[in-house]
Amino acid sequence: MTFNFIMQNLINALQWGSFYALIALGYSMVYSILMLFNFAHGDIFMVGAYIGLGVSLGLLSLFGAGASAILPGWLLLVLTILISMFLTAFVGIIVERVGYRPLREAPRASAAITGLMIGIILETSNILFLGGQRLKFPQLIESVTYNVGGVFVTNKKIMIVLVSLGLMLALHQLIARTKWGMAMRAMAYDYVVVPLVGVPLNTIAAMTFAIGSALAAAAGILFGLAYPVLDPYMGVSFGWKAFVAAILGGRGSIMGACIAGFMLGFIEIMTVPAIMITNRLFSLNIGSNLRDLIAYSIVLIILIFRPHGLFGQAYSAKLRL
Amino acid sequence: MDQLDNLEPSGGVFHRLGQYFRPIPLLGYLIGFLVCVLWEMWIGEQLSALLGLPKMPVLFGILTIFKIIAGVVNFLIKGDAFVWASLVQIPTALIYLCLIYLLPLALVSRTVSRPANILARYLQGFPLIITALIQLALMYAILHFWSEMSDYRLITLKLMLIAVLFTLSLNIINGYMGEFSCSHPGFMAIGAYMTSLFTVGLFTSDKVLGEAVFSFGAAYLSFPLALLFGGIMASLGALIIAIPSFKTRGDYLAIISLAFLFIIKSLFENVQALGGSRGIAGQPNWATLPVIFITVAFGVWTINNFVTSTMGKALNAVRDDETAAEAMTVNTRKTKMAAFLFGAFWAGVAGGLLAHVLRYINPAMFSVQKLAEVLAMVYFGGLNSVYGSIVGAVSISLLGEALRPLEILKWIVIPLLLILVMIYRPTGLIAFKEFDVRQVFGPKEVD
Repeated sequence: MTFNFIMQNLINALQWGSFYALIALGYSMVYSILMLFNFAHGDIFMVGAYIGLGVSLGLLSLFGAGASAILPGWLLLVLTILISMFLTAFVGIIVERVGYRPLREAPRASAAITGLMIGIILETSNILFLGGQRLKFPQLIESVTYNVGGVFVTNKKIMIVLVSLGLMLALHQLIARTKWGMAMRAMAYDYVVVPLVGVPLNTIAAMTFAIGSALAAAAGILFGLAYPVLDPYMGVSFGWKAFVAAILGGRGSIMGACIAGFMLGFIEIMTVPAIMITNRLFSLNIGSNLRDLIAYSIVLIILIFRPHGLFGQAYSAKLRL
Repeated sequence: MDQLDNLEPSGGVFHRLGQYFRPIPLLGYLIGFLVCVLWEMWIGEQLSALLGLPKMPVLFGILTIFKIIAGVVNFLIKGDAFVWASLVQIPTALIYLCLIYLLPLALVSRTVSRPANILARYLQGFPLIITALIQLALMYAILHFWSEMSDYRLITLKLMLIAVLFTLSLNIINGYMGEFSCSHPGFMAIGAYMTSLFTVGLFTSDKVLGEAVFSFGAAYLSFPLALLFGGIMASLGALIIAIPSFKTRGDYLAIISLAFLFIIKSLFENVQALGGSRGIAGQPNWATLPVIFITVAFGVWTINNFVTSTMGKALNAVRDDETAAEAMTVNTRKTKMAAFLFGAFWAGVAGGLLAHVLRYINPAMFSVQKLAEVLAMVYFGGLNSVYGSIVGAVSISLLGEALRPLEILKWIVIPLLLILVMIYRPTGLIAFKEFDVRQVFGPKEVD
């Protein structure tokens, strides 16, 4: 039981961690360039998932599904992801323009509160326009289960992890190799002086939000594939936990956000087998619903011993407040 | 010389209105408001029946007006039937408001302003506590008579007072000390649970906690003890946040406090001895309006003393520049510890009061939603200001109640309002304004 069970949970943890990593990436990017936390990001994840729902339903009605399909399911999935990423990027740009641009000179706590309020407005608009009931995400690809030596893996899980890793690699290439990526890195280094040499702050800010929102939309669609029931408040817990992951990885560090996202996913999922093993070994009887408690205690302990996160730099708060 | 004659600011109406109200001290307003409330008790019912309102307006007529507006909006959007004759309720509610509250308040306050000023000046000779007690007693009388007329008013008032205390306790940490602490609902939860344990465990027979240990009497001693117990336990919980705060600030502290909130919520959900996710119910009905008013008044007074003392200036110093403060002999560790423990204590007391008003608590009440609410109250009212917290808590509570007929639209109007305040006044409506008790209770020097 043990090895298979652990492998099963490892794969689930990889999948769960990839959601956190994609959303934490958005937080981290916005933070490194604009020095503010976009608390509406979890709700942009939710908006992305709903936009994906609409787009996939539209594509299905246009191109058919199952036996009468004109295009294969996986192609529809790719199209859905691309189109929703594009549309959600606009949502991100609007949020930046309306909510955060007027607050660029304001203390950061005010921007944080604005983010929270924008999140609430997004949730309420969802309930207003679509009613409050939960909606079902269409299954675009057939679910095939592979049995690898006793461990059952579905193709969906593999695809989710691969797509997330692919998107992260693509982001890395964008930031490291393109001119706009260089502009973003320069802005992250010093956002006061760099505009003086001709790098447009407004464009870079809009682009950062667009990319972050696109990644959140991809996470939303992948989440919809894995857990097909969508609900207007699904972004709330993901938003806050991805925020924890982004800071855990070190503020402003994009690689740190990825790694911390996967780590948080691991901690959350692997506490259950860990509790079971400890129960076996020491004949205790700890309930496995203490998962949240143990996971966040671990996060707390990591932060106490490494206060600046895993990859963060200890630059003084004074410079950036 | 002719230019000097035109120095009066334009907008003569507002200027003259300001001149009319300027010499009225707080005592005058209190007496005026008391007269209004007694007036409403006397003829409120008959007047509202005369004006054709369906029932006596409970929240100054605002709810009536919004119900009509919601009816119109529903008619336009959904095509629900709407009785157009009820549109007349909007002006009649406004007439009610003027006749019962606005006009009598203005007239009576202005009339008694001279005697009130004389009385206030006379009372200035006595220790501050005498003036304070008299004016607080007047305030309490107003609240008592106002809330007697309707149960809805009573519970709204109780929840509003608790919100004032809770907001003020968060303002110590977020406003005066400049942190971004997300753990305050956790402190409230600890306070609520510990107070409930004390009262339910010791004084009532409960399925979860066993038989009563003491009899049901001695409420006057045991409730303050219970609140004290809850507050102290919340302070002990704040140690978990205070100690890491020595090394980290800003965003990392936000995460540590957020992790703390999740841990506390998970703890209360999973410990079956505390009721698990079903919570604790059946607290005795000891949180009456006088108890809440006295506790909140005492809390406001204590917190105001704390933040205007040397320790409070140390909080501001830590916020503005921690290194410089350390260099100028401010003991930053002690300051942070004091701020967190003190803020958590009052949050715990507020939680205990909340538990006994609602007479039911469960872990879901102290979640991220409560965090969003209390952050909204602090930042809307104003950072670093006692006035600001009171204004913020009262406004957001009243808005939440007044906009109730709009149902789901309430959650678009309130966030939008907050965003506007954040854009145009980023630190809140009334930020950084000191609360000088002597000046508030004293006479208005106008001649």
